Amino acid sequence: MSTVIGINFGNSASSIAVATADGKADIIANQDGERSIPTALAYAGEDEYYGGQALAQLLRNPTNTIIGFRDYLGVPFEKIDPTSAGNGAKPFNLDGKVGYKIKRSEDKEEILTIDEVVSRHLTQLKLSAEDFIGSSIDGVVIGIPTNFNEEQQKALVAASEKAGMKVLQLIKEPSAALLAYTTNVNELAKDKLYVVADFGGLRSDAAVIAVRSGIMTILETAHDYELGGAKIDSALAEYFAKEFEKKFKSNPRNNHKSITKLQAATITTKKTLSNVTTATISIDSLNDGYDFHSTINRMRFDLAARSVASQMTTFVENIVKKAGYDTLDIDEILLVGGTSFVPKIAANLEAVFPESVKIISPATPKAIDPVDLIARGAALQASMIESFDEAEVKEALQPVIVNTPHLTKALGILDAEGKFVQILRSEAATPVRRSIKVAAPKGDALISIYEAERDIKETTVEQAPKEEKEEDDEESDWSDDEDDEPEIIREKIFVPKAKIADLVVKDVSEGATIEITIDINKNNELQVFAREDKPDATVTKVKI
Amino acid sequence: MSTIVLPSANGQSTGATGKFSEPVRRPVEPVGRYFLAHAARSIRGHTWSEYEQLEAAKNAKLVDESEDNGLDLDDEQPEDLLTHDPREWKTADLYATLGLSKYRHKATTEDIRVAYRDAVLKHHPDKKAEKGGIDQDGFFKIVQKAYETLMDPIQRRRFDSVDKNADVEPPVIKSEYDFFEAWGPVFASESRFSKKQPVPQLGDKETAKADVEAFYNFWYKFDSWRTFEFLDEEAPDDSSNRDHKRYIERKNKAARDKKKTDDNKRLLKLVDRAIGEDPRIKMFKQLEKEAKAKRKWDREADSRKAAEEAKAKAEAEAKAKAEAEAKAKADKDGKKKSKEAAKNAKKKNKRAIRGSAKDAGYFGDEGKAAAIDAEIDLLLGSFDDVTLADVAGAITSDAKAALTKAAQELISAGKLPAASIKYFV
Ligand SMILES: Nc1ncnc2c1ncn2[C@@H]1O[C@H](COP(=O)(O)OP(=O)(O)O)[C@@H](O)[C@H]1O
Repeated sequence: MSTVIGINFGNSASSIAVATADGKADIIANQDGERSIPTALAYAGEDEYYGGQALAQLLRNPTNTIIGFRDYLGVPFEKIDPTSAGNGAKPFNLDGKVGYKIKRSEDKEEILTIDEVVSRHLTQLKLSAEDFIGSSIDGVVIGIPTNFNEEQQKALVAASEKAGMKVLQLIKEPSAALLAYTTNVNELAKDKLYVVADFGGLRSDAAVIAVRSGIMTILETAHDYELGGAKIDSALAEYFAKEFEKKFKSNPRNNHKSITKLQAATITTKKTLSNVTTATISIDSLNDGYDFHSTINRMRFDLAARSVASQMTTFVENIVKKAGYDTLDIDEILLVGGTSFVPKIAANLEAVFPESVKIISPATPKAIDPVDLIARGAALQASMIESFDEAEVKEALQPVIVNTPHLTKALGILDAEGKFVQILRSEAATPVRRSIKVAAPKGDALISIYEAERDIKETTVEQAPKEEKEEDDEESDWSDDEDDEPEIIREKIFVPKAKIADLVVKDVSEGATIEITIDINKNNELQVFAREDKPDATVTKVKI
Repeated sequence: MSTIVLPSANGQSTGATGKFSEPVRRPVEPVGRYFLAHAARSIRGHTWSEYEQLEAAKNAKLVDESEDNGLDLDDEQPEDLLTHDPREWKTADLYATLGLSKYRHKATTEDIRVAYRDAVLKHHPDKKAEKGGIDQDGFFKIVQKAYETLMDPIQRRRFDSVDKNADVEPPVIKSEYDFFEAWGPVFASESRFSKKQPVPQLGDKETAKADVEAFYNFWYKFDSWRTFEFLDEEAPDDSSNRDHKRYIERKNKAARDKKKTDDNKRLLKLVDRAIGEDPRIKMFKQLEKEAKAKRKWDREADSRKAAEEAKAKAEAEAKAKAEAEAKAKADKDGKKKSKEAAKNAKKKNKRAIRGSAKDAGYFGDEGKAAAIDAEIDLLLGSFDDVTLADVAGAITSDAKAALTKAAQELISAGKLPAASIKYFV
């Protein structure tokens, strides 16, 4: 058996995971104990630093510290967003690609291509994994954003191979995260509609994913490059900068060193506030020789981060809309990425989405850390395909296998009250086979197979009339105006649209159960079978 | 869990009744054991024709990952904007800065985000330095300011309030223009400031009067959210000079209030001018005038008719009265005459009857002449007018028979005692 791992390669942080014997996956911490390893490389003399150690160089050695480079790989210089590089080494145009000029010593400059940078970073991750596992790594599954194009994928595969890790498969980040989550709670086989929302450091990504019979289909994606933890950092840093300025009449924003110090300390404070409700910030000699010591509670933090947090809520609402769904259609929202630790984000989503929508955040019992999900999903996938050879994997990834027909409408039956009962949900990939068991009346039972469409029913509930108010107590009168608004209750209903077939099950005995099976084969032929749930029962069937 | 119960069959029979909707081909995620099982099942003992493979690749519905959002961004920024002093960013055209000059207040936040990303990729100083172009560090600062401002709903309103480039100027007075072509866009543009949305638009020649009236009504009562903070003088943000700060703030507020008042006035004037030039209003006025004239004429026609009728009636009445009087007179005269004539006729008849016996030589009974005359007188006194005339007619042929007959009739009618008649029996 070969040793394979899963890697989450983020712009801000990366993580490594390995599958365990019980079919789950564990995160591997690096030599410094970091589970979420900053995506950073720094050079000082002959030494290369990576992870947190590299990030620490940002203050003293910014031009030789490379950060935020994941999205530069495989992208022409023309198209890159230079702001991702933050306060670190600046990317320059190296024959149309991103390159970095690193000063190894006074007179020695090293030119690094982006491919080399990524390869070195992956090498470091590999070394950490090998160090932990105690054997060499043979293969890796790496998570990629849904919009990673072919060039980017090729470049990533090449960089990984150069680092000595064969890429078994690149899988999409939201699918990896969802695989990890559903595997952990043992819910992959449950038909659900998910939004996977990944709030990272520099960008936010989301995907609407239907899971049907354990098979995932991405129905919609969204990306926002201006939304992420860095935006929260800026808002919080600005809050502290104001406070500092007020206290010392000294502006910490004009000086690279002060900004970097403030940012680093702000991030620490922000992370602390995800766990506790008050945190301190402490910076020696922030600006003009003044030290900065302050405390902040979560309420103030939420206020400072309010605009960013509400943009994140909107971002999730928008992808649901864009996918053509109602918020009521969503079963669960899985929060991914480090920024999802901020409690306000889940709280906002809970406030905006209907109660029926489960928000999976770090606060959810049994939840996996949002920064671990992608690597764990990748590790699970790696362990599943580890025994396949390259040709087999390639064969499984052919369009003729991956691009499968999906039902556009729900299929089901009508019960005795004429209500539609779903057997197959829309977006189910075919071929598919699904059974349900139902009770039947004595005698001949009728099974009507229908195709149905989802509708949202709105019922207006008038508020109970309030007690008449005295004419003169005007003050209290206007304040509760809003409560008088009639409440609108929205619910999801299925409207049967087209009848597909009737099945009559004859001579059903008293108190019998009937099993109904809908089967759609690879030739798109639909068959319905119905039989009493007892040995030797005759099968009634219809073929369409 | 509540159990699902099937209905009883009621004459239905087993069979297909329709088709299910054609499935859509989409890529599934090639992850997890269920996918691997699906792949294994599909692969097992299967070879696909090249055609099948191509079809599967071609006909899949993929998630759209394109980033431009179909946005029509400006190709490039004008030179004076690129060299605009970043300290004076508030006077820069923030929409043009992001290449959104075609959209302005209509741009969605998504549009602004896409545009900003495009601007970052193009104008970030790290990109520009490469090209050895002019130092556009300054312009990138404006790009960032533009993004910050336009993404903040409050700030964006403030900027939109003073975004002159979104204004459509009213036509030059006394120039030649089509009213609707010239004013339609003016109102469309002003509409953006309305608290109430949607805003009624100018319409065209055919717009119904009620709508035109509703339009001007709305615009005369226009409730604008326009606000002028964006043009505030920057108040120093240090506490050392509180008085100065307060002074600036007061000054700003006064300036804002004045601008707001002026703007309301400006709009009122605009509406005044439009309503003054509106050909529909002229037409409605003309129609109104005509209608009024007609109504007046109609109203007067009534009284005119009434007067005529009254006159005719009076005349008719007078005439009728005269005629009636004449008739009455004539009647009276006629009666008198006929009375007299009748009298005369009666006299004549009486005379004729009285004389008839004598003329007939008293029927040979001259000796009884006095008695006969007396008897005739008695008869004459008992005759009514009709009998008188009858008898007068009859005597001319046989006086004695006629008188006898008349006498007998009188007796049988009980008008004369039988004993009184001795001769004419
Ligand atoms: N406990 C925490 N609370 C709040 N923010 C956090 C926490 N941990 C990490 N973050 C933030 O998450 C972001 C990184 O997210 P991550 O998903 O690891 O990165 P990537 O951008 O690489 O996907 C950073 O902005 C970091 O500050």
